[in-house]
Amino acid sequence: MATEYAFPDNAAKTADATEKMSLAMGPSHPSTHGVLRLQLELDGEIVTQCDPILGYLHRGDEKIAENMTYNQFVPYTDRLDYLAPLANNVAYAIAVENLANLKVPARCAAIRVICCELARISAHLLGLGAYGIDVGAWSVFLYSFEEREKLYKLFEELTGARFTTSYTRIGGVARDVPEGWNERVGKFCDQFLPILEEILTLLTRNKIFTDRTQGVGIISKEDAIGYGLTGPNLRGSGVAFDLRKDKPYSGYEQYEFDIPVGTTGDCYDRYLCRGEEMRQSVRIVRQVIKNFPSGSYFAEDAKKIFAPKKEKVLTSMEELINNFMIVTEGPQMPAGEVYFEAENPKGALGFFIVSKGGGVPYRMKIRSPSFCNLSILPKVCQGNLVSDVVSILGSLDFVMGECDR
Amino acid sequence: MTAPADVTAALQSKFPQASLRPSCDHPALNLPITEVVAALKYLRDEFAYDFLVDVTAIDNGVDVSPRFTTVWHVYSTTGHGYVRIASDCANDENPVAPTVSHIWPTANWHERETYDLFGITFENHPDLRRILMWDGYPYHPLRKDFPLAGIQTPLPDLEVADLTKASVKPAPMMGGPFVASPGEMNMTDAEPRAKDESWTERREKPASE
Repeated sequence: MATEYAFPDNAAKTADATEKMSLAMGPSHPSTHGVLRLQLELDGEIVTQCDPILGYLHRGDEKIAENMTYNQFVPYTDRLDYLAPLANNVAYAIAVENLANLKVPARCAAIRVICCELARISAHLLGLGAYGIDVGAWSVFLYSFEEREKLYKLFEELTGARFTTSYTRIGGVARDVPEGWNERVGKFCDQFLPILEEILTLLTRNKIFTDRTQGVGIISKEDAIGYGLTGPNLRGSGVAFDLRKDKPYSGYEQYEFDIPVGTTGDCYDRYLCRGEEMRQSVRIVRQVIKNFPSGSYFAEDAKKIFAPKKEKVLTSMEELINNFMIVTEGPQMPAGEVYFEAENPKGALGFFIVSKGGGVPYRMKIRSPSFCNLSILPKVCQGNLVSDVVSILGSLDFVMGECDR
Repeated sequence: MTAPADVTAALQSKFPQASLRPSCDHPALNLPITEVVAALKYLRDEFAYDFLVDVTAIDNGVDVSPRFTTVWHVYSTTGHGYVRIASDCANDENPVAPTVSHIWPTANWHERETYDLFGITFENHPDLRRILMWDGYPYHPLRKDFPLAGIQTPLPDLEVADLTKASVKPAPMMGGPFVASPGEMNMTDAEPRAKDESWTERREKPASE
């Protein structure tokens, strides 16, 4: 009796296997750190195409900026990179001051440097903590958030708010440093360094962590520059680009610090850069506190720009009028165009301001580092595993509030 | 490092139609739109302006011609200086600018954003889609004739729109912090709360949709 055996058609099966699958990762996915959607095309586990879809957090900040005075926009800058609002405040204030050709006193500049560097530590701590969770190291998050909590206490003391600080004004800062604040910052730095070493030890030689990051998501020097990467992502690829050194602002030229750069440009290098940057930030903060300048915390000669103190407003008619004009019509700016970038934790945050005079910008463009850093995703994700996409996303350390604006 | 004056002088001798653009900080030049790509390439190859920082646009106003100006910022990672190149788009209705995404891949997203928010079409762009607003959104929000509050628009997902009968509504301006641009109206009208028409006695509260 002849039996017919039906063999499974292997050829047909392999044909099926090459069929691409499309997967929407996000917008609510823990590894996308906010509302980013990645439209992936998969061949098995391999990503063949990655299309990032942005805009879920678009609030039209640039349109809003065209409809309010310069000082009114400060709280909106908090909500760009909401992990380092102080650094955004400073970048914005300096951009507008460049437009007004205004120099702030040394004390104000020093306060701003402390703010920027503490914000950098706080942002990188969150970056590392969240990255640890993404690739399977829970405890880093717990340690780093404890330190962030201490920073928030310092921020609260300085600005009155933990999170949305809105600390700078055009021509100065909102208030002087409280008594004894600098000493408390110094104490924080002293106790932070050993804990930072502990946090980094949890990752640097962690086998699971190195396996998931080393050699993954390699970005070459040329690609990093071509795609407009900035911050630790660019430095991780070996480009010593740091605006604090290259185009010093707010007195960064007085302080000694090193710029860490990576060698291979993989996720691990970007992580190492962030770790080292925190050590350098502590170094800068210590130098600022050591030679903390006396003097005023706002530009005294900027009568039409910085609103007078309350006791003056309540006692002098002229100051009352001046205050009223600044609050209602905004600080008066000359006409002109200005572009200023500051080295923020995520990269170079730029403000392009077109002024036609008066207290309201005619056009303001915010060049956000996260937006540019994400633009390399389609290239760097291609050919990687889906699990590596998580690792790459974490290593790019982006914030959607800033990316979508 | 090349001095900024040298860069502008070299550009002006190479591109005779280039004119200095008023600027508060970095060297800036106005160029005809046809020469922008060549000029940016020249800057990159001869003066090591290897980093495209930003591509954006300015809407000069509804009644102004040329209405749209596209602006490029380049930076030199070795010379540590910026150069701003600006160029007026020829067509006011459907403005067009050349793409530089083949020189700097970062321009891809910057140009998509400028297209999205201003409606400037970048010629030969590999993938000119909206990026911040959703596909099929009918307006370009950063144009000066687009109101701050927004315009009522159907939801991007038509199925959801059908089910919920919801749409994207203009934002309430009541009590908002927004001021009128100075010189447009008198002080009382410029006071933010005066803009909330539902609370003034001079006008009826507008009927809601």
